[in-house]
Amino acid sequence: MAQHTRKGAQFQAVTANRLADGIVVYLTADAQWSESLQDAAVAEGKEAAEALLAKATPAVEDNLVVEPYLFEVVREDSGIRAASVRETIRQAGPTVRLDLGKQAELSGVHS
Amino acid sequence: MYRYDEFDQQIVNERVAQFRGQVARRLSGELTEDEFKPLRLMNGVYLQLHAYMLRIAIPYGTLSSRQLRMLAHLGRKYDRGYGHFTTRQNLQFNWPALKDMPDLLAELATVEMHAIQTSGNCIRNVTSDQYAGAAKNEIEDPRIVSEIIRQWSTFHPEFSFLPRKFKIAVSGTPDDRAAIRVHDIGIQIVQDAKGNIGYEVYVGGGLGRTPMIGKKLTDFVPKEDLLAYLEAVMRVYNMYGRRDNMYKSRIKILVHEIGAEEMKRQVDAEFAELKKAGTLHLPLEEVARIEAYFRPPAFEDLPNESTELNKAVLADPDFANWVKSNIAEHKVPGYAIVNISLKPIGGVPGDCTSDQMDAVADIAEKYSFDELRVTHEQNLTLAHVRKKDLHAVYEALKKHDLATANINLITDQIACPGLDYCALANARSIPIAQRISERFADIARQHEIGELKINNSGCINACGHHHVGHIGILGVDKKGVEYYQVTLGGAADEKTAIGEIVGPAFTEGEIVDAIEKIVNTYLGIRTEGERFIDTYRRVGIEPFKENLYAAH
Repeated sequence: MAQHTRKGAQFQAVTANRLADGIVVYLTADAQWSESLQDAAVAEGKEAAEALLAKATPAVEDNLVVEPYLFEVVREDSGIRAASVRETIRQAGPTVRLDLGKQAELSGVHS
Repeated sequence: MYRYDEFDQQIVNERVAQFRGQVARRLSGELTEDEFKPLRLMNGVYLQLHAYMLRIAIPYGTLSSRQLRMLAHLGRKYDRGYGHFTTRQNLQFNWPALKDMPDLLAELATVEMHAIQTSGNCIRNVTSDQYAGAAKNEIEDPRIVSEIIRQWSTFHPEFSFLPRKFKIAVSGTPDDRAAIRVHDIGIQIVQDAKGNIGYEVYVGGGLGRTPMIGKKLTDFVPKEDLLAYLEAVMRVYNMYGRRDNMYKSRIKILVHEIGAEEMKRQVDAEFAELKKAGTLHLPLEEVARIEAYFRPPAFEDLPNESTELNKAVLADPDFANWVKSNIAEHKVPGYAIVNISLKPIGGVPGDCTSDQMDAVADIAEKYSFDELRVTHEQNLTLAHVRKKDLHAVYEALKKHDLATANINLITDQIACPGLDYCALANARSIPIAQRISERFADIARQHEIGELKINNSGCINACGHHHVGHIGILGVDKKGVEYYQVTLGGAADEKTAIGEIVGPAFTEGEIVDAIEKIVNTYLGIRTEGERFIDTYRRVGIEPFKENLYAAH
């Protein structure tokens, strides 16, 4: 499997797939789940990241999401950006069929 | 084609009802994800990058128009209006919701289809030759034995917990279009000197992390003993296949480690025991019953030459190109095999919209006895079209962007879903195929290059069959950046070969230029009539390597 994150990543967020439909979601600061990466809570440093991941546990137990994990993000003036190609694709949809889905709605991300 | 009897329909319906209960219990929390995952996988449901993916079995790639219309409908109702035909002759939907899956499968069951055994460590959908029943040199229609194997292997209790997944392919002609030598078991239908039909069996082929070419274990298994022989192979594998290391658990590793001779000895011993018991002796009347489903359709008595076709070829150069590349010879005079390319220039290999599926279903109903085939190279085939109807078929396909004239040419590439969809992938494969397709879009140039198979995989699991592409492209991840490794000289036909790595990998920005250099090297050194693979076999990898890395 492609690398989700890397050791020593400065900023990380938590993502998962929603149980009922599989859609990609991000853990927010108030422990909710959003479809937008821009709503994600960003943790700085290893300890804060582990604490953020722990916040995902109730949603797994409540059968709202599956397989939450940490991934590296970059903070930019324009917002939060996923560091890897894989997570960018999860965020903004496939880089093909740009006529539909998230890849059409978030058209700036893949360009 | 085969039709479900009451038992088939009942087990599929019961399976849908069972899965409905399992999904409900998962959604309510009665089942944990760990408990549910193996259950959903047994029903073809994966969780991919963006959503759930459903893999629907298309037994030996054969579909009726009615079934294809249902797939089109499911694509519209539960997905985003398209599906993806795979190298296993299956169809994948990329976006269905888990909560909708039971309803989707219930609708699917109404056309005698399911997603059972499309995942998990069991015997998967049997694949076969898309020209079944139409190929000129066919010894026997491979769908007969494929259907018998399907019935034997579905829910077979002894093989529901194998060390790893297990794939069987069958070819009914000496020309192998089913890639049988890179399957766990490959079956070649043969005829002995007395005219008896039997089976040559290859075992231990496969792609993935450790590509291997299958070893021939026997020259001839009589028809009535085929299931006993297959069961003997499965038993040896089930007993000695490794369960401690998933990378060493396929039968190819077992055959490689103990050697073909020892494998044969053990299979023969098991086979002798099974024959003694006699329970797997295949009654010839049962074979005949299955055979009846695959009787040739009511072909008309036609002259082999069609004046309508000849006139249309002269009048329409685009049609002439399509005939040149997409039409294959049929065993019955006056008929032809039509290959429908799912590789439009710059398109996604294997993708087909619901509207296109409906269009193909209508064309198949009108012109090809109401059925069609899915190929392992991710195209569709109309097996029996009258030559005089070819132009009308072409015009109908053209209206739906399905008349690309590129079968077996450089833009007819295989590509797995790759990192655009797949949770296992390391790199994208579809966009690479698209850029190559665009670079070589010119049809005259494609014909000048001739037969050339480029296969793209987004990870080492090799769903895009890169090892057996004449040119193979493997996407790799280097610290979060996509790179592409190139192999040359692979082939998946009767002269199966595993490609050789040409050198260091290329970046996304470099890969299309690299492919063009390889093609230009070939064009510069080929002799009269040589295809790319022939030239490669004559000169080896060195000239390609030299040109490729000289100024790199």
